[in-house]
Amino acid sequence: MSKKTSKRNSSAGLTVHRIICYICLIIAALISLFPFYLMMINATRSHAEIQSSFTLLPGSSLVTNFRNLYEDPNMPVLRSLGNSLFVSTCSAFLTIYFSALTAYGIYAYSFKFKKLAYTFILLIMMVPTQVSALGFVNLMRDFGLNDTFWPLILPGIAAPMSFFFIKQNMESSLPLEIVEAARIDGGNEFYNFNKVIFPILKPSMAVQAIFTFVGSWNNYFMPALILESNEKKTLPILVAQLRSADYAKFDMGKVYMLLAVTILPLIFVYLLLSKFIIRGITLGSVKG
Amino acid sequence: MAKSTSTKRKSVSYAKWGYIFIAPFFIAYFIFSLFPLISTFYNSFFENYRDGLTQVGPNFVGLDNYKAVLNSDFLKTLMNTLIIWFMGFIPQILLALLFALWFTDLRLRLKGTGFFKTVIYMPNIIMASSIAVLFFALFSDRGPINTILAHITNNKEYFEMQSTSIFRFFSSTGGVRGIAAFINFLMWYGNTTIILMAGIMGIDTSLYEASQIDGAKGTQTFRYVTLPLLKPILLYVLITAMIGGLQMFDIPQLLTAGSGAPNNTSKTVIMLLNEHLFSKNYGKGGAVSVILFFIAAILSFLVFLSLRDRKKSKGGD
Repeated sequence: MSKKTSKRNSSAGLTVHRIICYICLIIAALISLFPFYLMMINATRSHAEIQSSFTLLPGSSLVTNFRNLYEDPNMPVLRSLGNSLFVSTCSAFLTIYFSALTAYGIYAYSFKFKKLAYTFILLIMMVPTQVSALGFVNLMRDFGLNDTFWPLILPGIAAPMSFFFIKQNMESSLPLEIVEAARIDGGNEFYNFNKVIFPILKPSMAVQAIFTFVGSWNNYFMPALILESNEKKTLPILVAQLRSADYAKFDMGKVYMLLAVTILPLIFVYLLLSKFIIRGITLGSVKG
Repeated sequence: MAKSTSTKRKSVSYAKWGYIFIAPFFIAYFIFSLFPLISTFYNSFFENYRDGLTQVGPNFVGLDNYKAVLNSDFLKTLMNTLIIWFMGFIPQILLALLFALWFTDLRLRLKGTGFFKTVIYMPNIIMASSIAVLFFALFSDRGPINTILAHITNNKEYFEMQSTSIFRFFSSTGGVRGIAAFINFLMWYGNTTIILMAGIMGIDTSLYEASQIDGAKGTQTFRYVTLPLLKPILLYVLITAMIGGLQMFDIPQLLTAGSGAPNNTSKTVIMLLNEHLFSKNYGKGGAVSVILFFIAAILSFLVFLSLRDRKKSKGGD
């Protein structure tokens, strides 16, 4: 009898606990979404409306704001969108290909400096790129590569973090027997890597490709130091321009519209791939 | 004898491929990271800047740049960085731990965890510069947040005079630091939640069963089973978050248009570095970089140790 009541009590307690959890989670979700919701609403309202009142309902200036932004010669939105897309795609591809190549080199072969090479990569994994920015920017200027996309793409060949994730993944999903089997069929090692190994690794590399793409897409520090001309600008630089000299003179409808243009494509892609991405966060490093 | 040389030759020829495969990585690393790092070190020992139209240096000055940097604004920017980071990290780790426990609790069996994970992780993939400008717009003197405050406090003056504001967030130290910390929190607590979840799910369930049989309550199980076993991952999260925090730039830079206003109280170390890089003060910029490198190197080494140890213990059992 008493056992029964205690069970009922605990199940009632559980329900209360569950309700508290849901309330907290809903609040957290609302806080996470609210700024972006407000951004989208304000992107549909005119400057005067935004300045004078607050609302949670969309206005009627969506097209006007977009046209104003599109026609502003100081804000080459489409051009910047294209630049960002180009730089991010190239660096994502270079990063996953060469990270996989390096990881495979260390995973599948034994050679004298293998351990040293691996330790070295682990050691440099966390060193921020900003600490060598001074030398990097000067070197690129000496090479005549300032105001080009190369300095933003090529360093992706050496991406310790991606290397580490892909290496971890190889250990769990690429048995060395496959490597042996590929050798029997002939072809040199490089050919085998491209034709046999690389396709097997695709799923785990897709995750790394997404993270590299996002990282490059969002990068502001380095492009701001390298890129100079108007037609080379990437999206973060365009966004930073909003905070320059006379913010007060900007058409706020246009400001919110530009922010929406930089944010919404990524949210859209994220929602399509979110399951994939969230699984990828813990891949490798923190498996326990 | 003949056989052993032939197998030897075979293994040597495979080893060659190992070197070929890792070569591009190391070549790229030496060109784009190591050489620039060395040249940054080198630059830090020279006086080399522009004073108006005249170029000063480069003259070798030993450690003078370090002295100058440490005596002027480096420590202040480091403090600012740490304060903003800490203000964001504390709520981040607490909330992430709480959510991770809820999401993995078998008794609670919450529904829609996939949805909540997706939503709370979302800010992480969004451009930090866009979020910063968005928050600047939202919290600006005449922005939506001030308008909401005006409605709540029923402040008529706000609606009549364009120059008034309810609370000028960007003129107050707490305001700017708080908003920067809040953005960091918003961007990272979903990520931390998911990492901690993986850690909790990695804990052997038999330990929970055993503690339940021993009559441990929920909080006791948390304190004596979950928390100690989660320690390595918490440490990993702490150190990586610290390294990330050290690199804080986009958010305070764009919130304050690079000024670190008010009164340099929100200027971070990387903002200081960025300032020197833009004004082409290579000596001081170099010194800031080198100090930052050593701080990051110490923290990275801790991450390295924790990854290596985890691997060892994994191989052990």
